[in-house]
Amino acid sequence: MSDTAWMTASEIAAAVAAKKVSARAVVEAALARIADRNPVLNAFTDITAARALARADEVDAGRGSGPLAGVPFAVKNLFDVEGLPTRAGSAINRERAPAARDAALVRRLEEAGAILVGALNMGEYAYDFTGENRHDGPSRNPHDTTRMSGGSSGGSGSAVAGGLVPLALGSDTNGSIRVPASLCGLFGLKPTFGRLPRTGSFPFVSSLDHLGPLARSVGDLALSYDAMQGPDEEDPMCADRPSVPVLPGLEQGIAGLRIARAGGYFRTNLMPESAAAVEKVAAALGVAREVELPEAARARAAAFLITTTEAAALHLERLRARAGDFDPDVRDRLIAGAMVPAAMVGRAQKFRRWYRDAVLRLFGEVDAILAPATPSSAPLLGQKTFVLDGVELPVRANLGIFTQPISFIGLPVVAVPVAGALPVAVQVITAPWREDVALRIARHLEATGVALAQRPA
Amino acid sequence: MTEAELEAYMDASAAVLGIAIAPEWRDAVRANLALSLRMAATVAAFPLEDEAEPAPVFTP
Repeated sequence: MSDTAWMTASEIAAAVAAKKVSARAVVEAALARIADRNPVLNAFTDITAARALARADEVDAGRGSGPLAGVPFAVKNLFDVEGLPTRAGSAINRERAPAARDAALVRRLEEAGAILVGALNMGEYAYDFTGENRHDGPSRNPHDTTRMSGGSSGGSGSAVAGGLVPLALGSDTNGSIRVPASLCGLFGLKPTFGRLPRTGSFPFVSSLDHLGPLARSVGDLALSYDAMQGPDEEDPMCADRPSVPVLPGLEQGIAGLRIARAGGYFRTNLMPESAAAVEKVAAALGVAREVELPEAARARAAAFLITTTEAAALHLERLRARAGDFDPDVRDRLIAGAMVPAAMVGRAQKFRRWYRDAVLRLFGEVDAILAPATPSSAPLLGQKTFVLDGVELPVRANLGIFTQPISFIGLPVVAVPVAGALPVAVQVITAPWREDVALRIARHLEATGVALAQRPA
Repeated sequence: MTEAELEAYMDASAAVLGIAIAPEWRDAVRANLALSLRMAATVAAFPLEDEAEPAPVFTP
């Protein structure tokens, strides 16, 4: 127990269950690490120490044991935490009444024995790929604190990669779990759209919002995901499907799976490290086949359009009354989004179904598709542009070019980190509701040493 | 669309929406609007059947 900072959630739960360590000791150690490292990483915006210690004592007293007993975790601050205003990265939301109860996924994790230790920094209203925030300052990348954590679940990436907690929840509308997983070198799961309930989380784009975990091991993704699955009547987008536990089949390996890599769009605009990560993973999986996601660039454009317009509709009243209180980078996009003609958005929703049908046909031939997660490893904080294929492009909008065409049609993805001077991740994409296949492949890559959540130096 | 037309569209839209754009925000809003409209044109250029159903499904 000398080094709890890098223990996985599974290891902690096993140690607590075996009474080798108390939940209180685990939580106290996590709180000490947060006190020590958060002034630099800026991952946490709220620390729920009293609640966490009380909860730890309950676990130690034999109440609330479960598969995650004693595991400290934290959530992006768009999840409701009882007693806190759900700020969602904004200044404006701090005026909201404190949440009356925890978000559904917080409740489900705590029912499994996990212990919430705080809420995490994020890009304002989740409209972000950088992890920067005008009000709270940027969350920082533990591998190089002068670099971006990635967004918008930047605090989630920073907290887990920094060894503050083994598990964090984030949200992913266009890539906001997968981008920080890539830049911070973590495993991240964006489940199928509608798989996990969003009840008690502040929305961004209802027709694209997903929630999911980030962790340092595939086993921890599976463990937490299994604890969070199941229908919830309070989220109308949550699928009325029974849980499909993934942990029992996690070690099945990749025998019999047909795996391809995405070509065309996904082969362009790549920095060498991202291209090398895909090559490494593809080679390790013996992937020879390449498939083309048809019209991927147009899918990204349509996701962009639905995002900017739905988000503008959500925030319209606030834009009218107090636009000056937004983060300027978010405000200027939301105002522009409000001005896009509705007929064009209708086209995007029609195209979305066409593209879905076209991509689902590919899954008749393959079980999984590999694609880069981000065009590069972590840019510097404050960096506005990078050069991709000889063209200077804005960082903020383009970190998500490879994630947007996937979440656009709600496919499940595991972001799998590849170690290096700076880490970068590869997306393992599967058919709807086949999180089990994506996680099996990720676990195989982890077990063979190809994928690794590397510990910051 | 010319720069002047984009400028006029932005101002008219802001009036319709009831959003006041501060002078120092104008350049960024206009740039974002131009980008959004390019994205919209990209999507609209894709031919779809009249009968094509949109993605969201409402269950009463």
